Formats: sequence, C-alpha cells, structure tokens
Amino acid sequence: MSIYWNSWSEFWAMGGHAYFVWMSYGALLAALVVEMILLRARRKRALEAIEEERDLEAEN
Amino acid sequence: MNWFYFASPSTFYGLAGRMAPWCFVAAALLAAWGLFLGLLVAPTDAQQGAVYRVIFIHVPTAWMSMFLYFLMACYCALSLIFNTRLSAMMARAIAPTGAMMTFIALWTGAFWGRPTWGAYWVWDARLTSELVLLFLYFGYIALANAFEDPRRGDRASALLAIIGVINLPIIYFSVQWWNTLHQGASVSFRGTSMHVTMLTGMLVMSGAAWMYAAGATLVRVRAIILERERRTQWVRDLGAA
Repeated sequence: MSIYWNSWSEFWAMGGHAYFVWMSYGALLAALVVEMILLRARRKRALEAIEEERDLEAEN
Repeated sequence: MNWFYFASPSTFYGLAGRMAPWCFVAAALLAAWGLFLGLLVAPTDAQQGAVYRVIFIHVPTAWMSMFLYFLMACYCALSLIFNTRLSAMMARAIAPTGAMMTFIALWTGAFWGRPTWGAYWVWDARLTSELVLLFLYFGYIALANAFEDPRRGDRASALLAIIGVINLPIIYFSVQWWNTLHQGASVSFRGTSMHVTMLTGMLVMSGAAWMYAAGATLVRVRAIILERERRTQWVRDLGAA
C-alpha cells in the first residue's frame, strides 16, 4: 500500500478537479459541524425547559 | 433478556448516552481510515480523473439517505402499531440526519456531475427521485411538528413516512428502469466492477457514515426524550441529582 500522489501540492490540485472535489468534501464537513452545533443547542434548550418547569413547580 | 426494558424512554435515555460517544469514536476512526484509502492511496480513475474521489462520500451518504429513511419508516410503523412512545421519538431523531445525508448525496452528486456530465443538475430519474426523498424528509419533519399535541404529530407524520417508502425502490432501481445519465450500481449482489482499494475505501466510509448517523440519532433522541418527558418525575430527578 503506497501513497498515490507525489507531493502535497499534487494532492490538493486533484488533477485539476480541486474545486469539485473540495467543494464536496467541504460541504460534508460543514454539514457535520452544523449538525453537531444544532444537537448541542437542542440538548441545552431541553435542559433549560426542565429547569423552568422545576422553577414553576417551586413557586406553586 | 427483557427486550422491552430499553423500550421505555427513561431506561433508553441512559443507554443512548453511554452508546453515543462510542459511535462517534468508531465513526472518526473509520473515517480516518477510509479517507486515507480514498484520498491518498486509491489510484485516480482512468476515465474520470481525480473527481471520482467524490465517490467516497457520495455513495455512503446516498446509501445512508435510503437506509435511514427505511429505518425511520420502520420506527413509524412500530409506533403506529404498538403505540410506543420511544419508536416515535426514534423516528423523529433519525429524520434530520437522514435529510442531511440526502442533501450531501445530492450536493456531492452535483459537483461530480459538472465535470463528468457537463451539468450540476439534470432532471434524471435517479436525481429526481433522490430529490423527492429530501422533500419527504422535510415533509415528515414539518408534519411531525405541526400539531400542538406531539402524539398527533407522531401519527400523522408516521403515515406520511410509511407511504413515502414507495420512493425507495424507485431510487434504487431508477438506473435500471429508465434511461439515465447516472451510472449503474458499482456494487451489487453479482459482485463489483471496482478496484479493490476504491471498494475498501468506499465500504469503510460507509461504516463511518453508519456510525456517525447512529451517534447523532442517539444524541438527538436524548434531547427529544427530555423535551417530551420533562413533566415526568424521572426527568426532574435527573437534574436534581
């Protein structure tokens, strides 16, 4: 098993298809980051809602 | 073993929390291996050039887009038949990740299509049916959240999801049933037409996509459980402890 490319610059150039290859991989990376942020935010909101519920209970 | 033990949201909440990190670790390791093979080791395709390397994310996300939809519909069927709360929550938890996979499959397909077919988009059977899948996910999510009472949302959206399953064989067989620009299956039950490193890279990346989807779904279902069970005693005890 050996590396196909001769240099890093050749790797990044992707045989002239750099734009198409990296737009694809970049979009996936962006989508993963966005989903992770949304997941964290959703958990945080859910935990806050529980706190509110508990505070309401305590007031009554 | 009691299979219904983990069918209760309160026990599954803990189990999901313990499993999710391992799913992400597995996803990261598989992705590192798969990307190494796919981007660095695998030779460039003689006909298409280096742009074919999009395959290592295009095919796994496309597979997951269909598999996750099927899984979501199964949970929907379970929730309709047995009226189980957790299955409806699982279906809701799968949908956004399924939609994300579908979007990435379409997006990477567009960027693969431009240099190879000369167009980002064509109204071809495979592409159109995959776009319909994205709208099915959006429709499911919108319908599930359209009701004041979440249980009504569960039932209405479950019906939509189950009817939408009809689109899955249409996507899968579209390349055989219609004349299409999209190439046929590279991997089928009859074997494969691919170079071995390419195939391994693609399968490893599929494993990574699988593990990522499992992790994201488990994290999301935990949030959904908290949202919907917030008035129950066990959820209150959770924060107090």
